[in-house]
Amino acid sequence: MRELTFVEATLEALDSAMARDPSIFVVGEGIGERGGNFNTTVGLYDKYGPERLCDTPISERGFVGMCAGAAMTGTRPVVDFMFFDFILDAFGELVNQIAKMQYMSSGRLKMPILLRGAIGIGHSAATHHSGSYYPIFAHLPGFRVVVPSVPSDAKGLFATALQSDDPVLFLEHKSLLFNRGEVPEGEYTIPFGQARVAREGTDCTLVAIGSMVDKTLAACERLAEEGISCEVIDPRTIAPLDMETVLASVHKTGRLLIVDETFQPCGVGAEISAQVIDRGFDDLDAPIRRLNGAHVPTPYSPTLEEAIVPEAAEIEQSIRDLLAE
Amino acid sequence: MPESEQLLALYREMLIIRYTEEQLARSHQMGLIHGACHTYVGEEAIATGVCAHLRPDDAVFSTHRGHGHALAKGVSPHEVIAELFGRSTGCSEGRGGSMHLFKPEVGMMGTSGIVGPCILQATGAGYSFKLLKSDQIGVAFFGDGAVNNGAFHEGLNLASIWKLPTLFVCENNMYATEVPFAYSAGNPHVGNRGPAYGMESVTVDGNDVLAVCEAAGEAVQRARGGEGPTLIECRTYRTRAHAEGMRDAGYRTPEEVEAWKARDPITRYNGWLLENEEAGPETLAAIEAEVKEMVADAEEFARNSPWPEADTVSEHVFSQR
Repeated sequence: MRELTFVEATLEALDSAMARDPSIFVVGEGIGERGGNFNTTVGLYDKYGPERLCDTPISERGFVGMCAGAAMTGTRPVVDFMFFDFILDAFGELVNQIAKMQYMSSGRLKMPILLRGAIGIGHSAATHHSGSYYPIFAHLPGFRVVVPSVPSDAKGLFATALQSDDPVLFLEHKSLLFNRGEVPEGEYTIPFGQARVAREGTDCTLVAIGSMVDKTLAACERLAEEGISCEVIDPRTIAPLDMETVLASVHKTGRLLIVDETFQPCGVGAEISAQVIDRGFDDLDAPIRRLNGAHVPTPYSPTLEEAIVPEAAEIEQSIRDLLAE
Repeated sequence: MPESEQLLALYREMLIIRYTEEQLARSHQMGLIHGACHTYVGEEAIATGVCAHLRPDDAVFSTHRGHGHALAKGVSPHEVIAELFGRSTGCSEGRGGSMHLFKPEVGMMGTSGIVGPCILQATGAGYSFKLLKSDQIGVAFFGDGAVNNGAFHEGLNLASIWKLPTLFVCENNMYATEVPFAYSAGNPHVGNRGPAYGMESVTVDGNDVLAVCEAAGEAVQRARGGEGPTLIECRTYRTRAHAEGMRDAGYRTPEEVEAWKARDPITRYNGWLLENEEAGPETLAAIEAEVKEMVADAEEFARNSPWPEADTVSEHVFSQR
């Protein structure tokens, strides 16, 4: 099968959706003629013109609130934040308006808005260009939160997002954007709330999110040489969260480690742990473990930056510790 | 100048708002309204004068003092009162209350408990309508309090650079809750801020329904014709407390309130209609009686309406499809 990067995969999904649906438009800084800082809209301006590939001022609250109004009145905005950190200037519009609009109107208004941005730690981007924030949004009723880890999933999940009548946050880790992977031709969708089992195994269950999936698979590869069999689950969407797949795996393995770059307190791992304790307590043969990025703002210097992100060796050690319990 | 029939329709619309608000104030005292209730008494001419030019498919985005906007846009007093009573027959089916009145079927896209977002959302409606090549328009109603908010700056700039079909209607009632606009704004004029954004702007007497109607008519025509947005400042005053049940003292004088009551938009317009022989006293009395009866009927409807079923509480967080 042919290989594409994340960026090429979502661009393909965006292009075919825009060709079919004239109500889709994209806003963001430099997403017009230039094609986006991360090449997320390359070539689309020439095809669809400036009203559908709309360059904005640096006015995040303004254009997010504007896109809420657009989504309420018959169009389907795609907001391209470049770095996802910039969404925070629009937090009130997201939480008080976008997430609540369908509920407040008793379902008579829809909120088909797709908000995308690059997340995650890397490249000495420092703390205003390294945030992920998805646990915050998963906490709130009203959002769909997508964090893909391979290009084929990115394409299918992006296509689903473009058809959704709910607000979708589509978050790609910067370190993955230009990774290549096999991507099917043509249009396809992947439903939200369906985890992908990235590796089957019997000794322990590892839930890994976004950029942690590849690193966790690398750790499992090494452990497999010693006959240790790990199962790796990529939830793909944080909201909705596919707990059935996690519970079924824990039922089989009895051990669970959650690997996530985002902060540990009140995070995705805490939620998964609580649900497993609640619904799968008798399946557990060991305490649930979590491995997260450090609970600090992201530092700049490479030596400091490396110190806060879980790497394959650290994941491997955490798995050994879990198996020793 | 509108035709005779339209002149009377303006009178009737203002009365619908006034009587509904007065009913809501009484109902609030009786404990029938469970949450906040910000009345529009004294400001009726603005929603009436602007919405007279709007079609059901134009989109209105409103603020916390929004009952008048909903009524003028075509939500019935029955649905408004029932919503404030928390009943399933309310326009938001009991999920919203006073500050979340929705009826998209007539272009009422919501009142809001947060000051400012309506400006951005009306800009977005303008974006949709431009993209879809329709001649619909988006309208934001907001108070002077919103003018010092970033949403005002960002929304007006975006609407201006893309020449969006949007009206920004500022109801300057001189106080943001209880903080005077004269204190909180470095430039205490709203109507002269348009040029800062490359936008037409105008200031009108917000207690003169014909003046509002005329200014709105020009702005609507400009928007529908693809000539871009307009900012309209309507100078007005709320004669009741910020919200029902709140202490209305310590920030304005009784003399000031009385002076503005003497400029009541409905009394003034009633006098104008009589003086100009557009209607006789019997005609106006008949309209008053008809609207009073309608509002009484609406209150009874709301009081007798069913409560929402508790087991539906989780519905509509997400779309159904």
